[in-house]
Amino acid sequence: MVIYGVSLLSICMLVGVFLGDLLGKVLGVKANVGGVGIAMLMLVLIVDYLKKKNKLNSQSQQGLSFWGAMYIPIVVAMASQQNVAAAVKGGPVALLAGIAATVASCALVPVVGKIGKKSLN
Amino acid sequence: MIDTLIAVFQNNGLIVSFALVGIIMYISYQISDKLTKGRLHGSAIAIMFGLLLAYLGGIHTGGEKGLTDIQLFSGIGLMGGGMLRDFAIVATAFGASFEEIKRAGASGVISLFLGVIVSFFVGVIIAVLFGYTDAVSLTTIGAGAVTYIVGPVTGAAVGASSEVIALSIAAGVVKSVLVMIGTPFVAKYIGLNNPRTALVFGGLMGTTSGVAGGLAATDPKLVPYGAMTATFYTGLGCLLCPSVLFLIIKSIF
Repeated sequence: MVIYGVSLLSICMLVGVFLGDLLGKVLGVKANVGGVGIAMLMLVLIVDYLKKKNKLNSQSQQGLSFWGAMYIPIVVAMASQQNVAAAVKGGPVALLAGIAATVASCALVPVVGKIGKKSLN
Repeated sequence: MIDTLIAVFQNNGLIVSFALVGIIMYISYQISDKLTKGRLHGSAIAIMFGLLLAYLGGIHTGGEKGLTDIQLFSGIGLMGGGMLRDFAIVATAFGASFEEIKRAGASGVISLFLGVIVSFFVGVIIAVLFGYTDAVSLTTIGAGAVTYIVGPVTGAAVGASSEVIALSIAAGVVKSVLVMIGTPFVAKYIGLNNPRTALVFGGLMGTTSGVAGGLAATDPKLVPYGAMTATFYTGLGCLLCPSVLFLIIKSIF
């Protein structure tokens, strides 16, 4: 049933966000630490296991792939509620700080990508 | 009749947003196809459309939530809000391979720490150039360059003024918007075409909304890898900025 997939997805997310909140509390920060990331790892592992056991039929998978496919439209909706006006109004400090941080981080992508590869070999 | 129509829109907010976003997607993919011959991805155009609408909504209402501050479109807030966004991000993991994640795991962790630290110090340097000299303001603006959540969280922790906190949020939003729009354009120059680089990219850029939007516009298959590391970034930033990084800045200034 489609709901099995959706339910599995929901359970993973709730457990992940819960653990992320706990992790934030333990570390003493006012934020969720990696909750969504934990949920994603959980889902990957559980789907892997269920597929191997042939316990995840195509209808249940549809419940998962539908929400995966809704992701881009949801991102568009998310974009349309960003505080773009504030970003524009923030003035040169905010603008430059944002741009410089983005460019610097971006330039590091190929560098760090290589580090990872070397340690493998 | 207009009253009835408005009432229908307001009572069915989420459904309105499904209809509206569908139309935006359709127009965007047509533009992508016909005007750019597919070179600029449809979803990238749709995200830019969204940001433009957010800007128009923001200057029209003076609010903080873009288009959703216009009551007629408040349902967009539900569709694009944190709950459904995280739900859909988790769902993208359905297509991800655990082997790829394991193989890139170490570089993902390195990229997280490096991403927070580099963004922070770049933000601090810019703030110094603009004449800020006190450790509290410098730390807060630096934290804003990490993400727009780390900025206010750090600012509140170290006792920054609300003006500086607003600046730090703006810096973070600039970063997130820039990553959303810019990623498809720089993708081929930074080798962003495989799960490993996507994982590193997510860890370095860190803004969940930026990475999520940027990767979606580049190659939807890469989304789960980038999103997974990015979700740890804000937490790590909230951990490092008001503590270790603040102490470093305080010892210098």
